[in-house]
Order: sequence, then C-alpha cells, then structure tokens
Amino acid sequence: MKADPKGVLTGIHFIDGDQAACEGALAAGCRFAAGYPITPSTEVVERFAGRVPLVGGVFIQLEDELASSIAIQGAAWAGKKVMTVTSGPGLSLMMEHVGFAAFTETPCVFVDVQRGGPSTGLPTAPAQADMMQVRWGSHGDYPMIALSPNSPQECFDLMIEAFNLAEEYRVPVFFMMDEVVGHMIERVEIPEASEIEVTERKWTDKKGKDYLPYEADESLVPAMTKAGDGHRIHITGLTHDERGYPVMNASTQDKLLKRLLGKIEINRDKLVDIREDGVEGADVVVVSFGITSRVAGAAVEMARANGVKVGHLRMIITWPFPSKRIKELAQTVKAFIVPELNMGQMVIEVERAVVSDAEVISIPHAGGTVHEPEVILEKIMEAAR
Amino acid sequence: MSANPDVVMGVEVENPVMPYLRQDRLPHIWCPGCGIGTTVNCFARALTECGLDLDQTAIVSGIGCTGRVAGYLDLDSFHTTHGRAIPFATGLKVGNPDLKVVVYSGDGDLTAIGGNHFVHAARRNMDLLCICVNNFTYGMTGGQCTPTSPVGAKQTTMPYGNFEHPFNLPHLADACGAVYVARWTVYHVKQLTRAMKEGLNKKGFAFIEVLSPCPTLYSRRNRLGDGVDQVKYYKERSKINNDVDTKDLSLEFQGDITVGKFVDRERETWLDAMNNRFTSVIGDKYEPYGVTNGEK
Repeated sequence: MKADPKGVLTGIHFIDGDQAACEGALAAGCRFAAGYPITPSTEVVERFAGRVPLVGGVFIQLEDELASSIAIQGAAWAGKKVMTVTSGPGLSLMMEHVGFAAFTETPCVFVDVQRGGPSTGLPTAPAQADMMQVRWGSHGDYPMIALSPNSPQECFDLMIEAFNLAEEYRVPVFFMMDEVVGHMIERVEIPEASEIEVTERKWTDKKGKDYLPYEADESLVPAMTKAGDGHRIHITGLTHDERGYPVMNASTQDKLLKRLLGKIEINRDKLVDIREDGVEGADVVVVSFGITSRVAGAAVEMARANGVKVGHLRMIITWPFPSKRIKELAQTVKAFIVPELNMGQMVIEVERAVVSDAEVISIPHAGGTVHEPEVILEKIMEAAR
Repeated sequence: MSANPDVVMGVEVENPVMPYLRQDRLPHIWCPGCGIGTTVNCFARALTECGLDLDQTAIVSGIGCTGRVAGYLDLDSFHTTHGRAIPFATGLKVGNPDLKVVVYSGDGDLTAIGGNHFVHAARRNMDLLCICVNNFTYGMTGGQCTPTSPVGAKQTTMPYGNFEHPFNLPHLADACGAVYVARWTVYHVKQLTRAMKEGLNKKGFAFIEVLSPCPTLYSRRNRLGDGVDQVKYYKERSKINNDVDTKDLSLEFQGDITVGKFVDRERETWLDAMNNRFTSVIGDKYEPYGVTNGEK
C-alpha cells in the first residue's frame, strides 16, 4: 500500500541524518515512539515529538530505555507501527526486550545511532561497534534484521524499508546509524506519498477463538491481531504453542525456535541488499557498511587511479549477512578488505564465508572518528601486490 | 478451581467466575493456600459487575507467581518481562486509548525491578488499574527478600531475618500522585472485589495493594502455619480506616494491618494533559489523539 500522506513531508530538505530518520519513520507510518534521551540519537525523537501531534500519533519520553523498549511493544499490540531510538548504553539496557520482541513476534524498529564504547565511551563521536551486540546481545537465539545507512537520504529511504521488513517478518529491525551519519547535514529528497510503498501489518481475518496467534503458514510468519479486536489473545515471553499458551518442554521449544529463525533463513536470498561496484573480475574487494562505505569508496577510487583492479561491496542489509555472495566472490578474488569502526566484528562474518578461499584483511578502528581513506588505500595496494 | 459445574443442593450451577477464565489452561500453577487465586476470583467478579466491554479490557502481568495471572484470564492478556508490566501497559493504553488496561503483578515485580516504572506511571497519572498482590516474597524463585518484606521476616536471602526498611506501598502510590489507593487482604473478598470494580471504573492511575499468603515459602520459613492461619491473622489484626494518612500505613512483621480506601481523587490523566496542552498551544491544527465521538 501507499504511504499515508499525513506523515510525508514531500520536498527537498537540508537536514541531518537523525532528522531524516524521523521523517522516514513518519513516512513509513510510525505513529508511536518511546525513548529516553541519549547522545547522539536524541534529535530523532526531538523531531518526532514536534511532528507527531500534527500527524495523529504519540511520542512518550519514558523513565529509561527498559521502559521505552517495552512500551513500543505494548503500542504495537495496540495496532501501531512503532520505534524506539537510542545509542550504545541505552541499547545495552534494551537487550532483554529485543528478545521479547523476537519471541512474541512484535514488529518494531530499534534505531541505534552508534557511538564509541564500551560503557559511556565517546558519546559525541562515531563507531560501528554495536554490530555484534544487536545480532547476539539478547540471550537465546533470535531472528533479527539490521540495516546500515550511510547518508541522511538513506536515513529516510532505508527507514521506510526497516519498517516494512519489521511488518513483513515480525522481527525486531535495527537501524544502525552512527554519530556521523546522524549529524551530517545533506540534501534529502522526500517524494510524494503516492511514490512510497509501505507494508501493512499482516492482519488475521479469523474471528474469535478460531484465531491462533502463533499459527503460521508456509511463510512461517503468523497473521497478527491487536488488543481490542475480540480475539482474547495471550502473549507471553515463555516458550509457547500456537495458541500463545506457555508450554515448557523441549519439543515446543525446538519447533518454535526453528520456525522463528526459519523466518529469516528461508528468506536469506531475498534479504540480500548490497551495492556492488566493480567486483566482477576484481583482485581485491572492499567489504563495507554504513559511514565507512563512504571512506572506502574514496579509497577504492584512489586505488583504481593506481591501476589496481579493486571492487567495492557495500552492505545495506548487514544482518542477515550476505554470506552466499561473499563465498561466490571468494572463488575469484585474491583478498577481501574489511574496514569498520570497531576492533573487528563484521570481518568475522566475512572470514566465516570465505574460509580459506581468499585472504581476509581487517582494518579495525576503535572509533571516535572515521578511517583515513589512505589507510584503506594502503591495505588495498598491499593486497593487490 | 475445577472446570466442572458444582452441584449445590442437587442443582448443577456454573461457577460464575468460570466464563472469565481460560478454562483450557486449568489447573493453575499456584500452591495450596496461596492467596493469588482468591484475588483472581475477586477480580473476575469485579469484571462481571464493572460494566466494561471485556473485548476492550486488557491485562498485563510481569514475571513471578502473580505474573501468571494474565495467563488465566480470558481477556487480551500479556505476560511480559520482569518488572516491565507497567511500561508495556503504558504503550498498550497510549497505543489504543479505548482500551481499559489492568496491570496485575506481585510485590517483587512491581516495586523492586519495576519500581521506577511504578513511581513514574503514578506521577504521570497514566490511566491504568495497578493491582499488586503483596505476599512479601519472591515465590517463583524460592522465597527471597522483596522491598515489602517486613523487618525481621526470614527469607532465603535474609536468613537471619530482614533488616531492610520496607516500602509502605499506599504511601508511595499516594505521594507519586495515584488517584485511587486502597489496601485489602485476601480475607476481605467483598471489599477487595468492590475496590477492583471501582479501580476498573476509575480514570487515571489506580492502585490496589492486596496482602496475600505464601504458605509454601514465607509462612513456612517464618513458622506462620498454613494459608488459613495467615487469613485468620488478616481477619484478627486488620482494621478498616479509610481516613488514615497514608504515611501511617507501614506494616510490621505479623503486626496490625490498616486496610481501606485511602485515596480517591480526580486529576488530569497523561492523555488528557497531552491533548489539553496541544490543543491550547497548537489550536485547531491539532486533532486530539485517541478521542472517539468527542469523548474518552
């Protein structure tokens, strides 16, 4: 379906990534956000608090991130499209509710404007060091999706995608910005509502007790209802059967976990969103995501000017990781170079896909600023030799 | 609780509470002598009398023995994470203001791990009925000390008797701005049912503390007898006083208990305050949120 024009601020804007992310959420149909102030993410909810009363929704500033990350789920079960917005320390507090969202299949978007960590770290400076936390940080095994925008325009465009994916798969979706993307000001073009495709929640058409909240078809994604629709549902964070009732034994756990993880597994090919630039026939491929992809792009241009056959693979969807494509490329590529604003997180996934078919070179960075393109260039030149 | 009709003087009668329970989930998990079931009985009776559309009534629990209440009531019911029933309920209520949302949980869940949410929901006057079954202990994990455990009571984590000063929950709720505050025990089933009915029909943050026995852990460890003995204690030592200052409602180990309805007042709810503020500042461009047919 098309976006509700009420939430779409059509036009050309000169805004930062945080504000563009807010506009993306409103355009996607988000009508409930809860949050707790934290640098460098706060501008997202500040703008939301100003805009949403005119759009027909609500923002509530809660007492902490624990409250924010579960209040959005209450609102989702009331029928709203929802998000919460935070940065590292807040994300750490939200981890339990990431699991609750995944287990209860509550569609929601977690926006993480990454900053240097661990602990309070570097509140006003960038990092990409929460990549493994969002994947594995909540206890147990759980399905999730993450997207990594690299510009204010993408903060708008991909935010709509984030909401659409949350609705389609009923999983928590992480919007992995960073301080630089959040605070850089660029041109953002917001199209007409009629040009924006939004995914509506998959509502059940069953009535009353005929509806089983966790009965899924071959898509593995059950149809949803909301409180007040007369289904008298029970939703629990305990291991549950198709009725939503707690059933705590190994066979129910096995069946449920496999279906939940299966939602992503059977759609792995569909969930590949990468931008490739000159990877076919390249000797060296730089694998990047988020803000680092812009620096990597500059380094790749410089290397090409030096006559190196270098490609650039940029991940838009970072989780699930595009292992299959990396594995394919590993058959022809000499080396992969993985610059990231952390001490080596996504490079582990590249290594897992490549195994011993090619060399994998990590370019870690503790965060606080972005890489110098020359550092990446140097590694490309070394690898190409 | 049995799903079968009872036979009274040769006539089969359906227990009036049964239609409000998920009968396919019975028997419940609570121990013999536990008071939680009694509170659920009162709550179901309050539902029959409150006049609310039960399709528009939702219940939210946290974790623990009382946290299981949501799972037995035939309402839209949410068994959330430990301590977070109130913020989940806040999202549910604000997400759809037409719903009546009830938070039903225990003393550990609501006042220890969830204490921060409790004080803020009362401060905001979030339109929720919050029922706290206070059995002075963490039952599900085996009888540890909670913020309401009386001084001197033995708990697994206070083997020499609790030395921490406990919360006076009605005082806490009152001080934070709750518009309805009552305390009853599971002995006071009529009064508790009436309080729950009033709470269901109250607009704003309504709080009911229910003292309830935990014979398996709290009573056994403190040599207080079985569930009946504790209800006898409630009967003998409770005094009704609706006019008491809530600061005088502290509880001592097996001491006197003041019960009653201590607070019943009106205050703008969070949603009303938001709508009023936005209407006054933004004017006609603002369409009040969650308002159907010019009311609610």
